Amino acid sequence: MKRLLLNASAVGVLIVTIFPVYWMFLTAFKPTRDIQSDTPTFWPAHPTVEHFVTAVNAPGFWTYWRNSLLVTAGAVLLALLVALMASFAVARMRWRGRGAFVVAVFAAQMAPWEALLVPVFIIARDMDLLDSLAMLTGVYFMITLPFTIVTLRGFLAAIPPELEEAAQVDGCSRLVAFRRVVFPLLAPGLMATSLFGFITAWNEFAFVNVLIIKDQELRTLPVWLSSFRDVFGTDWGATMAAASLFALPVLLLFLFLQRHVGTGMTAGAVKG
Amino acid sequence: MRARSPWPYLLIAPTVAGGAFLLLYPLLKAAVISFQHFRMGELIRGGAAFIGLENYAELLAGEEFWQVLLRTLAWTAINVVLIVGLGTGIALMLPRLRRGLRLALMSALALAWATPIIAATTVFQWLFQSELGVVNWLLVTLGFDSFRGYTWFADGTATFAVLVILVVWQSVPFAALTLYAGLTTIPVELFESARIDGGTGWQVFWKVTFPMLRQLFALVASLEVIWVAKCFPQIWVLSQGGPDDATTTLPVYAFKIARVLHRYDLGSAVAMLTVILLAVALISNLRRMVRS
Repeated sequence: MKRLLLNASAVGVLIVTIFPVYWMFLTAFKPTRDIQSDTPTFWPAHPTVEHFVTAVNAPGFWTYWRNSLLVTAGAVLLALLVALMASFAVARMRWRGRGAFVVAVFAAQMAPWEALLVPVFIIARDMDLLDSLAMLTGVYFMITLPFTIVTLRGFLAAIPPELEEAAQVDGCSRLVAFRRVVFPLLAPGLMATSLFGFITAWNEFAFVNVLIIKDQELRTLPVWLSSFRDVFGTDWGATMAAASLFALPVLLLFLFLQRHVGTGMTAGAVKG
Repeated sequence: MRARSPWPYLLIAPTVAGGAFLLLYPLLKAAVISFQHFRMGELIRGGAAFIGLENYAELLAGEEFWQVLLRTLAWTAINVVLIVGLGTGIALMLPRLRRGLRLALMSALALAWATPIIAATTVFQWLFQSELGVVNWLLVTLGFDSFRGYTWFADGTATFAVLVILVVWQSVPFAALTLYAGLTTIPVELFESARIDGGTGWQVFWKVTFPMLRQLFALVASLEVIWVAKCFPQIWVLSQGGPDDATTTLPVYAFKIARVLHRYDLGSAVAMLTVILLAVALISNLRRMVRS
């Protein structure tokens, strides 16, 4: 009896958790007459890709897709590189000011980004960096950097320094020892961390609205998706197809990297 | 180890430079603007004049700010209690499930967590759509006939409720998976001996599980407080703070004042007050993290 109750509630949670995602993809594949019927169907009876065609052919889709990918990948790679350096200094070296630096990074992890919209706009304008993907990349880099450092530090601390020392004794320089010994062991950590960064930058909505003003060609997918709703108002099939296309890269990346995510979350206790 | 190697400082230099330029400088700038007369004209021409605490006085004297503040506190409390409560329940449920069901549930949680915010927000608009939305269909089918064609986004309380459901749905996976990861670190023997001593499930949770994971619970709760209080894109895309300001929380209020009314000075004052409020939540959190 207890067993049954447990399983029933687990299945209940499972359905509630998965349903919105399922409904998004399902609606995207339904023909319009099925979407507009009074009794909803819960499986793809007459699958179609017409809504995906509408979404992909909507103005700007490929441009915004490219912009999002450029900005996100740029920010994540930059954050990984910079964070790798900083977390190495924190996890492997003793120096004055280390404690203060760690506290500052922890604090920056919870930075009130929405409070900085106006000053960041003014700074960008004064430096002639409005309507520039570089500035956007810079901001996303900074948003993702603190938790990238915290997480990588966690992964790095889990790798015994003796391994590097042994390699150094064998005649490797510190850099070579790091590249040959630590880097491969750190790979899962790097993947999990980049996933968090990817989700954050891919999602970002407030700064792109403030920093990209005139040049519509430079907008990103979140902005496109939020305006798509207004343009295609009642076309829920196309809207859900657009949402699916927006969610797909993150979901695929997530499924691909899922094995590493659990450890990543406990290592840094961060959220994307 | 050499005493005065420049290496650590070189390694953190890019981080410090990035933080100074894109975090510290904007933060100081926001603080300065909050003490200035800074509107559309000053934004274009420059030359803003300092007016001391006038912006803060205007804000604190008005009724609207206090309503927004109260709403933000309620919004944060409701969401965090639901997130931590449901997250704990699911985390406790996971280890008791059979392997297949457990993996299915964990994958579902991961999938919900990974769904981009704007995509999820769009889906929730569709789920709660008045005529064709599946939620209204379900409620009517279950016998709640008043939900036939019910327009969720026309009513303040209903919009607030939908936003709570959305944010809870998005946030529970993180809480559940993190707490579950913590649970797996507790030695099984502890539970067994508690059981042998005749403890009920409830007693085992309060006497064994909770004390062991106190730190983790505190961490998850304070992170959620900060995230929920700062939450912006969901509210902006779904309701823009409406209808009738029913979903205007502090970040939405600051954005509205700055973007819509072009009161950058007042918006910055709201932002600074938000920072101070969050700092209170942050300091206790920081102290814990530094200690551990």
